[in-house]
Amino acid sequence: MLYREAGQFKASYQEDQQIFPIRQDKLGFIAILGFFFVVLPLIASEYWLQAILIPVLIFSLAAIGLNILTGYAGQLSLGSAAFMAVGAFGAYNFILRIDGMPFIVALLLGGLCAAAVGVAFGLPSLRIKGFYLAVATLAAQFFIVWALVKFPWFSNNSSSGVITAQHVEILGFAFDTPVLKYLLTLAIVAVLALVAKNLVRSTTGRGWMAVRDMDVAAEVIGIRPMRAKLTAFAVSSFYCGVAGALYAYTYLGTVEPEGFNLDLSFKILFMIIIGGVGSIMGSFLGAAFIVLLPIFLNVAMHALFAGSMPAGLGSNLELIIFGGLIIFFLIVEPHGLARLWQIGKEKMRLWPFPH
Amino acid sequence: MGFFFEVLIGGLLSGVLYALVALGFVLIYKASGVFNFAQGAMVFFAALTFVGFREVLPGWTGLEADGNFVFWLAFVLALASMVVLGILTEKIVLRPLVNQPHITLFMATIGLTFLIEGIAQGIWGANVRGLDLGIADEPVEWIMESADILVSKFDLFAATIAGALVASLALFFQYTKVGRALRAVADDHQAALSIGIPLQHIWAIVWAVAGFVALVAGLIWGARSGVQFALTFTALKALPVLILGGFTSVPGAIVGGLIIGASEKLAEVFIGPFVGGGIEGWFPYVLALAFLLVRPEGLFGERHIDRV
Amino acid sequence: MMMNDMASLGDTQTQAPDRHIGDVILDLQGISLSFGGVKALTNISFDVREHEIRSIIGPNGAGKSSMLNVINGVYRPQEGEITFHGKVRKDMDPHRAATQGIARTFQNIALFKGMSVLDNIMTGRNLKMKCNLFEHALYWGRAQKEEIEHRKKVEEVIDFLEIQSIRKTPVGRLPYGLQKRVELGRALAAEPTLLLLDEPMAGMNVEEKQDMCRFILDVNDQFGTTIVLIEHDMGVVMDISDRVVVLDYGKKIGDGVPDEVKNNPEVIAAYLGTSH
Repeated sequence: MLYREAGQFKASYQEDQQIFPIRQDKLGFIAILGFFFVVLPLIASEYWLQAILIPVLIFSLAAIGLNILTGYAGQLSLGSAAFMAVGAFGAYNFILRIDGMPFIVALLLGGLCAAAVGVAFGLPSLRIKGFYLAVATLAAQFFIVWALVKFPWFSNNSSSGVITAQHVEILGFAFDTPVLKYLLTLAIVAVLALVAKNLVRSTTGRGWMAVRDMDVAAEVIGIRPMRAKLTAFAVSSFYCGVAGALYAYTYLGTVEPEGFNLDLSFKILFMIIIGGVGSIMGSFLGAAFIVLLPIFLNVAMHALFAGSMPAGLGSNLELIIFGGLIIFFLIVEPHGLARLWQIGKEKMRLWPFPH
Repeated sequence: MGFFFEVLIGGLLSGVLYALVALGFVLIYKASGVFNFAQGAMVFFAALTFVGFREVLPGWTGLEADGNFVFWLAFVLALASMVVLGILTEKIVLRPLVNQPHITLFMATIGLTFLIEGIAQGIWGANVRGLDLGIADEPVEWIMESADILVSKFDLFAATIAGALVASLALFFQYTKVGRALRAVADDHQAALSIGIPLQHIWAIVWAVAGFVALVAGLIWGARSGVQFALTFTALKALPVLILGGFTSVPGAIVGGLIIGASEKLAEVFIGPFVGGGIEGWFPYVLALAFLLVRPEGLFGERHIDRV
Repeated sequence: MMMNDMASLGDTQTQAPDRHIGDVILDLQGISLSFGGVKALTNISFDVREHEIRSIIGPNGAGKSSMLNVINGVYRPQEGEITFHGKVRKDMDPHRAATQGIARTFQNIALFKGMSVLDNIMTGRNLKMKCNLFEHALYWGRAQKEEIEHRKKVEEVIDFLEIQSIRKTPVGRLPYGLQKRVELGRALAAEPTLLLLDEPMAGMNVEEKQDMCRFILDVNDQFGTTIVLIEHDMGVVMDISDRVVVLDYGKKIGDGVPDEVKNNPEVIAAYLGTSH
């Protein structure tokens, strides 16, 4: 009864083109934002903030990045983690080498480095498609991690490329507690998610989707596939880059190139498959799911075996459940959790009188 | 110069192994249009199942652990497991996804990779096992004496097995009824169905054959570097081979494998020292990529004309 | 709208060719196209005049679609010269063709399946939208204004094609006939001067054909758009075309007003399959 759009008329195209055209959605969204910005910092423990909420936010951002490239522009990438690494090491070097470099600027510059690298590795997409391209992005994955390990300049000559993030300070204010780091991450992710939403509902986004759905027709209608693909690579890598920098600065503190391996790239891919390919909100749902599942499994296993857990069972079970879920979602609900959410909303519109 | 040839031959021999894994990809791709990322996991599963059976069989049957009989029984059981795995994959994973975009199928096989890895380790455990096929990894003496080049006996043996397998598969698909049907299916599913080729039957056979190829590859790789999780990465070695050779070409997989194997070893030895080494991981990809930009359809692939 | 045009199909309305038709805007001379060794088009010449409806007919495989693909730059002919708006075209690609005001639909629907009807038609406005990526990112000021302005144009197209009720439906879910209509809408949104339609009525029932005919005539009439049309339904072709060019095995075998073409013995032979 509460969720109805009846009686809400759109008198202008501007009203019709809002992100949340239905009033209840808008109110719900404001409530969620309020919960995350105000309520959670007050009630969540340090463990929740640092070990769950911050990584969920950061992975959401990376997943948005991959979703732009794969979900919207239709170019599959298996190198997301490598672009995160570029962002992390980029931001690190900007702060290290330029005195007084503001944190936010370094973050964005790190993202821009990733964007530039992304465009370079996206160039093959102009000639090759589908899994040929997916395999080509593996070149980025292996090459970038290798380069970050082999050239000590990137990590300021530390052994095996380990970097320790500097303290985060904005306008003299230190972000040194989990609550503050969480709020900073949340603010950045929220702004970038809004930007992503704007991009995908504008000409840029339509260009991406057109190239995804049928590139020959896109060209005939006057969209340049080359430009659409390269901007998708650039924007996607930018998002991954910023996510990588946050990964180093507000989540782990210390990172090494090998941490940004193929497994991490797969993880991000799984987030968008489970969350919803081609959906910004799906990126959040998927990230939350993938971060929470192992924790949940761990708790469940401990409860089940009460400490006498067979070695390796947890990690194998995780592999099986991840793999199984991916297949399950691809077969049963290729649009992921985001689509389930939508179906739920459509049911809500009719509730409690479905006929 | 002797050193150069040594590296080259070593590279070519491992190239044969890459070709073997790549062949598994090509078979499945030709028959069902699926780019099976899980091929590497299948190699791991096959090797682990073989080693696992070899460990438990003496206990179950009271047979001598090192005997030939146990070896072959384990081989047959592992092969049977691979066939079952292949058929299950085809039925449970791929059939519901028929007519989905290629990319979706590809992502499904990534999920399958995780699933197979988890199941394999769940059954047999995750510890690294040695695997002895009875061939020592020592230089072949007469080559060393006559040409002063070190060529490993084991590598030579592995290459012979792989070569024989590739040749027999090529013959099988060229001259048997199943082979003809397979080629028809590869050309056009609908047309093949309409002239009465049992599509699902063919798919099951192909997955079984791919399982067999994975088992052979798993045994050889496992004997060289131990049966361990890293075997799944053989898939990553095979991918550049496929790009180079084209996804649909058996000769492409072989030639591509040889090129990748040789060039990666040569690059590691002769270019590696200048940039800090360890370039084997990405060099094949960059090589394949550079090649792709010149010839997007691969060495033996067919040029595709977009019709609108 | 235009309800009175509903009956136009069936009445043999012989259009007076000089009623609204202007100068030659597209002139093709000696076009030859081959793929590898296969000749798709051999030495074809014809022209298209402003505001006319020019049909290309011929049996399957005659090279009709190839001809359209040559006109909008998807294929590049090995020989021949194309003059568009008085200028000889050199290198051509589909994008440039689009910027010069050529829009088209496809034989097998080439819509963006994952996007809504509205978004599909909005892509037709793409070339006229000037904001850049960063403005889109903010979706504020100029970018928002531009989006709304073009939305208005798109809504006009939607009204014209009478598809208001499905504007937010993903096109993948629409029935075939409606998809064809949306595809026409996408081409119209670009406000083309030359519209290429590749079998717009293929696979439609009589009613849908009538609708489509009406839209084509209205586009031609109201917007003065020049139309090059490929169609198999001879009744429709003879009804709505100003002039018809006939292809067979990549060669031109007839050219002229419908009545002329109808009585051309070579054309009849090609269609009936008799030897000549």
